[in-house]
Amino acid sequence: MSTVRVLVGTRKGAFVLTSDGKREKWDISGPHFAGWEIYHVKGSPVDPNRLYASQSSGWFGQLIQRSNDGGKNWEPVGNKFAYEGVPGTHQWYDGTPHPWEFKRVWHLEPSLTDPDTVYAGVEDAAIFRTTDGGQNWQELPGLRGHGSGPKWQPGAGGMCLHTIILDPSNPKRIYIAISAAGAFRTDDGGVTWKPINRGLRSEFIPDPNAEVGHCVHHVAMHRSRPDVLFMQKHWDVMRSDDAGESWHEVSGNLPTDFGFAIDVHAHEPETIYVVPIKSDSEHFVPEGKLRVFRSRTGGNEWEPLTKGLPQSDCYINVLRDAMAVDSLDKCGVYFGTSGGQVYASADAGDSWSAIVRDLPAVLSVEVQTLA
Amino acid sequence: MIRVTLPHHLRTLAQVRGDVELEVIGPVTQRSVLDALEARYPMLQGTIRDQVTHERRPFLRFFACQEDLSHEAPDAPLPNAVASGAEPLVILGAIAGG
Repeated sequence: MSTVRVLVGTRKGAFVLTSDGKREKWDISGPHFAGWEIYHVKGSPVDPNRLYASQSSGWFGQLIQRSNDGGKNWEPVGNKFAYEGVPGTHQWYDGTPHPWEFKRVWHLEPSLTDPDTVYAGVEDAAIFRTTDGGQNWQELPGLRGHGSGPKWQPGAGGMCLHTIILDPSNPKRIYIAISAAGAFRTDDGGVTWKPINRGLRSEFIPDPNAEVGHCVHHVAMHRSRPDVLFMQKHWDVMRSDDAGESWHEVSGNLPTDFGFAIDVHAHEPETIYVVPIKSDSEHFVPEGKLRVFRSRTGGNEWEPLTKGLPQSDCYINVLRDAMAVDSLDKCGVYFGTSGGQVYASADAGDSWSAIVRDLPAVLSVEVQTLA
Repeated sequence: MIRVTLPHHLRTLAQVRGDVELEVIGPVTQRSVLDALEARYPMLQGTIRDQVTHERRPFLRFFACQEDLSHEAPDAPLPNAVASGAEPLVILGAIAGG
């Protein structure tokens, strides 16, 4: 029978949640790296026991941990993230130039074909790659060196590169997203990058055709249709059918189109999930109700999913990397909250239950479906 | 032998208990002690000094003999009591945050 492994990063450590394919009873291990912020944990698609974790602390900086046995044992690997050349400046919050400074790794994206190759999205925004299992990291400087770099500005959470999507049909194509610069794509394996933000509208940007400056919160793709992208922007849920060349809004009947997390059903590429958040100044679910919204039409028409989720006095947030799906049939959907709950649905969102309720605030959730 | 007292999280990371004891060749300075520490415990690289600039991380302090040595030059000699091993070089995390 299949096994499902949920990798949870929190403000105070990492946790590994394991169940069989029924997804009813869960074994919980952790905290790993107790007391440290774990922004992200993710496994290699080609060697699922190879895991990588981003471990950081305001006191001690950034570490990268690697496991070769599915998270039972870990070893620190390389943690030197040096920008290529003279780092230069981006804009600070007040619009003045500010030097690029490495702060932390937000996202680790293992290669689809090689367990030793991993991409890292960092703050201040840049993308790095290792090809030796994390021992050494090299920047792909074409992104930061894109001519728009000096205009990039941090979002409230920092100027982070938080999303990396590898195209399964084209090893040269990678999508990334940065708060608050926007989305970018490379078609040459990371040498050159282009902004892909046409169609995005942000109230705080006077120029509606601005190349960069959009606060993209997260982007999701279904592996069977790599040209179709779904985006949760600061405000607005967006969709692209042409690999990001243009975007249109699909917020439809959502109660609010602010949010962070977005994901796609494992077997239905037009079924997508978001967790609407009240506003950019009130980072919790609206009306005290925790509702996942599902669209089976690729956006615009959304239904609230509430069975098993608190529908009163709930004021939690779900962060951008804190939702994931498994590939079982029926598709499992998982998300973690700022209140420390990890919720799971074993029926594509129709009903939910908490795997665990009292973890530290959840920063990220990834799922592995193991044979 | 030079003695170094690490904060809790770095003791856990380096898998050590109590003070770390190090052989330091040549003058005993912040730089030479930290070089020896990182050579013996490579997982500590970047956790005390920035990987690129080699500057002390801002939320850490260096103390010895009840003195704050954080702003001493990296190549300034540490107190004799540290060099002789009578007193440890204490690496202390700021009490800040939760």
